[in-house]
Amino acid sequence: MFLGYAAGVGKTYQMLSEAHELRTEGVDIVIGYFEPHGRKETIALSAGLETIPRKVVEYRGTRLEEMDTEAILRRHPQVAVVDEFPHTNVPGSPRLKRWEDVHVLLDAGIDVLTTMNVQHLESLNDQIWHSTGVRVRETIPDWVLKEADEVVMVDLTPRALLNRLERGVVYPPERARKALENFFKESTLVALREFAMRQAAHVVESRLPSEEPDIGVSASVAEHPRERLLLVITPDPSSAALIRRGRRVADYLRADCHAVYVSETPDARDLTATDRENLDRHLTFARGLQIETRVLQGADVAATIVDYARAHGVTQIFVTREKPSALRSWFASAFVQRIVNLARDMQVTVVADRSVRRAD
Amino acid sequence: MNVEDHERSARRDPEALLRQIEAAERAKHRGQLKIFLGYASGVGKSFRLFDEGRRRRERGQDVVVAATQPDFPPEVARLIRVLEAIPTRGVDGVPIIDVPAVLARRPQLCLVDGLAYDHPPGSRHAKRYEDVEELLEAGISVLTSINLEYIAEQQEFVRSVLGYTKSETVPRAFIDRAEEVVIVDAPPDAETGIEANQLSQLRQRALLLTADVIDDQLEAYLRLHCIQSTWGTQERILVCMTPRANAARMLSSGRRNADRFHGELFAIYVMQENLTQEDWMALERNVTLARAQQAEVETLHGKDPIKAILDYARSHGITQIFVGHNLRRTWRSHLGGTPLDRLIRDAEGFDVRVFPQ
Repeated sequence: MFLGYAAGVGKTYQMLSEAHELRTEGVDIVIGYFEPHGRKETIALSAGLETIPRKVVEYRGTRLEEMDTEAILRRHPQVAVVDEFPHTNVPGSPRLKRWEDVHVLLDAGIDVLTTMNVQHLESLNDQIWHSTGVRVRETIPDWVLKEADEVVMVDLTPRALLNRLERGVVYPPERARKALENFFKESTLVALREFAMRQAAHVVESRLPSEEPDIGVSASVAEHPRERLLLVITPDPSSAALIRRGRRVADYLRADCHAVYVSETPDARDLTATDRENLDRHLTFARGLQIETRVLQGADVAATIVDYARAHGVTQIFVTREKPSALRSWFASAFVQRIVNLARDMQVTVVADRSVRRAD
Repeated sequence: MNVEDHERSARRDPEALLRQIEAAERAKHRGQLKIFLGYASGVGKSFRLFDEGRRRRERGQDVVVAATQPDFPPEVARLIRVLEAIPTRGVDGVPIIDVPAVLARRPQLCLVDGLAYDHPPGSRHAKRYEDVEELLEAGISVLTSINLEYIAEQQEFVRSVLGYTKSETVPRAFIDRAEEVVIVDAPPDAETGIEANQLSQLRQRALLLTADVIDDQLEAYLRLHCIQSTWGTQERILVCMTPRANAARMLSSGRRNADRFHGELFAIYVMQENLTQEDWMALERNVTLARAQQAEVETLHGKDPIKAILDYARSHGITQIFVGHNLRRTWRSHLGGTPLDRLIRDAEGFDVRVFPQ
């Protein structure tokens, strides 16, 4: 995985350079998908490498091109180069996301070189929005990145990137002008670069042998038992941010993480159709991030959560403050307060609402 | 594992801002410094450095090579061949940049592969980075390269990983002054003679160090443009101490969380009137504990403790606030619930973690 923080930092270039090196070493390597973006140096680098033709897909009268996963499988090289890992496929494709296509290749024993920018990582979505104003729609679950055998940070300073953009290396002039006005602001780039750097460091660290072994007794284990996080999910939209944040904290603390919804009635009968739909979406979202989910029933929601937490050795309960409206916020606070009161032996984290940005 | 917090607090005062502006003024006449930072030899720093030299030359800049590594691979040799060079002079076996020749030649950009060299006594400067400094002062820009293990402040860490230290070091302050620092990253290479596990530790540290340099730059940028800091690119944990809170537990958890996130730890208490002798002693104990956990400790004043905490959190880019459960009973209740209620309600943009007592 070649990890960067913006278009034009050189991910594809570095990936293709490595492809050439591998080919020189005698590795059977093909380009499965590559996005030239009209960049001369990158296009020049793709020459001399075998390319599997893209598949043309008709969608609502438009001809779109996608990676031809089946053709790559038939060709079955040792290594395939697949650009833009977080890409979403055209509706009607065999798989929703390109990273799922990549998994098909990996399952068939084909190694893959691929690229992505840090802002596509699910658990960083709200934090990146909060600190840069960039909201990314195409996300990948964190575990997908974690499974990469190697992650390389492709670095370029924002200044150099802005120079490249101004010289027209990254985009054609009109698009470059728009990009400079929107996404490519220096403060945004500096922040995204830092996110990428810290993420790469985290990936490297997570592969180091753990300092706190799961088994065996040491002073550090006795002092800090393995943390268990419990995320309290509701139909409220704030739950999405809660799930992302919980996932991220759990990864950094190397903690277990699961999620519950407590229904006051059997089968969540009291929920409106919309709420039920939202709840289902949140539960599916959590499972997609490899968080175990459970639906409990109890007339006293706070007490049910705390009892469950205690029975399962939870060390930290994650809740959100629900959205404004004076009355609801009072209720939310009362709910949090009740959890805090009941869970005297645990920590309770009220997750920030990162959907709000202070004007800059 | 915590990347050293060198003078973090100093960066936040107005004096620092003033110095920054003065530095920006001086920089107009000074050459620009760009550093390629790697975690071990063989990651490709030389290639990146000379490749950038080649590209800048093709764009019309006046580029000169002032120092190369003693050995380099063929792809680097090909790049060097097309560039003009002012060879180093060997003194007692040490390659020394020919500073007078470079100054006389006055290129726009000078390439110096390898920043960490000690010079023999009697040389123009004791260290190569001081030669580079002289070139910068003369208005010549420099591209250079360094490995993590040659940074002075990293020596303790290097010893813990590799079992040895380097004598030819460059101070972190010199790195911080660079206009640009680029990390040259690659998966650990078995051929370096260092174990993969050790290489990974060096690699992680190099990435975090660069992230810290970037964080400083981001802060400087936001300050210069008068933008309120709402970043959150780095985790910053704030422990709120009250006399009766179980501060020891919050601080130890805060330290652990800050380390895990490679973030920073802060601890504050809001000064209240009518503290008992007992409260005073408890606070003093807590401050000692906070210092022992290497937190940045501060006393806040203000009639409204919640407002004081949140103002501090906003101005310091805090992402998580740790409070004791007993905050409910600490300060006299105002309208709108207990202090804990108010903190949770008003702490927009921060995670609030409530600790049991």
